[in-house]
Amino acid sequence: MKKTKWSLLLAIVLVLSVFLSACSGKNDSDGKEKASGTTDGEGSKEKVLNLLETSEIPYLDNIMADDSVSLNVANNVYEGLYTLDDKDQPVPAGITGEPEEKDGGKTWVFKLRDDAVWSNGEKVTANDYVFAWRKAVAKETATQYSFIYQVAGILNADKILNPEDKMYNKTDQLGVKAIDDHTLEVKFSGDTSAKPYLKAVLSFPTFYPQNEKFVKEQGKEFALEADKALYNGPYTLTKWEHEKGWVMKKNEKYWDKKNVKVDTINTNVVKEEATRINLFETGKADRTSISAEYVDQYKDKKDIFSTVPESTVFFLRMNQKNKALANENIRHAIDMGWDKKQLTDVLLNNGSVPAFFLVPSKFVNGPDGADFREKNGDLNKGDAAKAKEYWEKGLKELGTKKVDLTLLNYDSDTAQKDAQFIKNQLEKNLPGLSLKIKPQPFKQKLKLEEKLDYDISYAGWGPDYPDPMTFVDMFITGGSHNEMNYSNKKYDELIKKASAETDLQKRWDMMQEAEKILIEEDAAISPMYQRGLAFITKSNIKNIHNHSFGGDYSYKNWDVQ
Amino acid sequence: MVRFVLKRMLYMLITLFIITSFTFFLMKLLPGSPFNNEEKLTDAQKFILNEKYGLNDPVPVQYFNYMGNLLKGDMGVSFQYDNRPVSTMIAERIGPSAVLGIEATIFGTIIGLILGIVAALRHNTAADYVSSLFAVLGISIPSFVFAGLLQYYVGVKLDWLPVALWDGPKYHVLPALSLSVFVIATVARFMRTEMLEVLGQDYITTAKSKGLSKLVVIYKHSVRNALIPVVTILGPLAINLITGTLIIEKIFAVPGLGYQFVGSITLNDYPVIMATTIFYSVCFIVVILIVDILYGIIDPRIRVAGGKG
Repeated sequence: MKKTKWSLLLAIVLVLSVFLSACSGKNDSDGKEKASGTTDGEGSKEKVLNLLETSEIPYLDNIMADDSVSLNVANNVYEGLYTLDDKDQPVPAGITGEPEEKDGGKTWVFKLRDDAVWSNGEKVTANDYVFAWRKAVAKETATQYSFIYQVAGILNADKILNPEDKMYNKTDQLGVKAIDDHTLEVKFSGDTSAKPYLKAVLSFPTFYPQNEKFVKEQGKEFALEADKALYNGPYTLTKWEHEKGWVMKKNEKYWDKKNVKVDTINTNVVKEEATRINLFETGKADRTSISAEYVDQYKDKKDIFSTVPESTVFFLRMNQKNKALANENIRHAIDMGWDKKQLTDVLLNNGSVPAFFLVPSKFVNGPDGADFREKNGDLNKGDAAKAKEYWEKGLKELGTKKVDLTLLNYDSDTAQKDAQFIKNQLEKNLPGLSLKIKPQPFKQKLKLEEKLDYDISYAGWGPDYPDPMTFVDMFITGGSHNEMNYSNKKYDELIKKASAETDLQKRWDMMQEAEKILIEEDAAISPMYQRGLAFITKSNIKNIHNHSFGGDYSYKNWDVQ
Repeated sequence: MVRFVLKRMLYMLITLFIITSFTFFLMKLLPGSPFNNEEKLTDAQKFILNEKYGLNDPVPVQYFNYMGNLLKGDMGVSFQYDNRPVSTMIAERIGPSAVLGIEATIFGTIIGLILGIVAALRHNTAADYVSSLFAVLGISIPSFVFAGLLQYYVGVKLDWLPVALWDGPKYHVLPALSLSVFVIATVARFMRTEMLEVLGQDYITTAKSKGLSKLVVIYKHSVRNALIPVVTILGPLAINLITGTLIIEKIFAVPGLGYQFVGSITLNDYPVIMATTIFYSVCFIVVILIVDILYGIIDPRIRVAGGKG
């Protein structure tokens, strides 16, 4: 009896193991992991990077790319007129040098590189740019990033993108023209010298060229698989298994390939943080971001731990439709009434810094070379005592002793903790205040903000282009991102004047002045923090730099030692 | 039998139609648009995007358009992954989910049956207690706890098996094992109870007294009769595993369908929500049909009218 039972079990195990290996449907050699770093093979050293992403690539079509994963891939497998260097400065990429300026700066003529080619061997021509740019503003394309053509001020872009305009969708009216195969003429609607960020904007993937013939051949299939796109960047996408990962190889046809150091970049999609860390620990991944709960575990390991400040700023919107929040003193009190440093150092713990501003630090430098924050510094910074003073003054003006407010919040765990902290601080420091937290799914939260159906809201903003204007023009009267009924004539005036100002120093000063009015005078928002990201990275990976806009990384500059 | 199956098929189609219509209108009640940078879009941009995806039409028009395309076998393209047909997306992702689900179901059922049978035959002995304890733990502890423990101890500490990712047979072991714990526990518990009941029946005593060997009594008379209720739970269990391995897929970075479904709901990716709902419903309905047919095969008493008695 005993014997039969054991043999039965053995048989089952055998059958099962056959089944397991049979239905895997994947041959083992394919799955062989290569150790990261440099491996000696056949005399040549192959440099391999193993990276992780939290999501599949939504778009391989650079014009459609509107999320960090797609933008990052596009930034590395394609190339446009400009690319960003390690200091986020735009440097010529697909062009031989800076453009020739005509019509008092309203027209730029670019000379394209003769040696820039697509991965099928065809040359990158001026027509590839014209085709791509017209595609980007077409209503059939409807890319979410079409607005970047308006930001750059390409001639007629705003009219082509406006459904109410006569020129709506007349893409051939866009200010871009191929003079010959290697000469591209771009016309702008205004004076380009009022846009110091223009070249950086042109480095954005939405402005990269596309091979017209190839795109038309592929039709609806274009860029849906790795072999259904053409590459002209430092890397080519050689393998793309949806939801699983992708492989980039050094582009042997790239004009600057001698400066590309890493040969192969493997990226796996891993959504669970603990798993990413376990993969890092077992050597299967070279780098991963980590959240607050893991920071303590790693922050003393100096050779692998690092933090990077992002250019995203979080703040509390205060809806002035609410009677209490319409009072300036109440708003000052709320902004001062909680300890921002404790939020970033204890709760977030990931390199985020307390914010007393709207325009982040280490984002862009002015014409004088100084950081935006250097002159404006910390705004409306005070302590609990000062907050209470404002609060009591405000209450007196309102003629009340009690204020009930609701804080509209994201529904994530961390946001809940942050909100709870702010609630405790404010209720302690501002007697008579009662703050209720109302977490909502993201889409619902947006809807409530749009309808001005909230009191206070935990919100954030990341830059669309490398200029303080992407932050400060949010709160102009009636602006579509104002969403809190804020209005100040002086502020509106400054933003309007700064947008047209060609004296860059004057423009810069006006934007700083506007930020001061917004926070120091009006306390329209309560800035919370500038988000940071904590990473663990193998110590043999060098030259890593996070771009503050566009694609996150330029792997071209990375190295493995 | 044929008539029974045909009739059931008709019911299945009606059920599917109701599920599809309900989901469509419920989905339209979700707030917000399917565009991921919604907070940054201007009204003009929203208009252009809605125009492209036919979202400016009134909801009933959208409904008839959708149902019309569905009849032609066109489930549309994802909003989140532009131009990618939803049917392709499901096809690409169902493989790993199904493989994992099948592995866990088969492994879990076999081990569960053995545990259940042994526990019943060794009623009130140490073997019974151990198996019952395991069943209780397996049911009450969620699978992601096992997944986390297995990943950390077997993957990181012992370094016996890969921590995660999906690259070959050895990558299946940990996720399949984590998933199967619940199956083992459920099946073992059911099997034990049923076996105990069957073992107390008169016909078992009769069989024993006829002098039949113990193995024959156990296999022919007890196990077969005890299996019926187990088959009932196995259907839904298998479907849950094949389609709902969401957390396990996330923990072990398996490129499956589970996470896609949840993601599409939070992003309002309408075509993907619809397609995955329809797909899951079809799976479920088919499995229920198969279970009903299996009943007849295992238990002659429940054979459907029209079949040979």
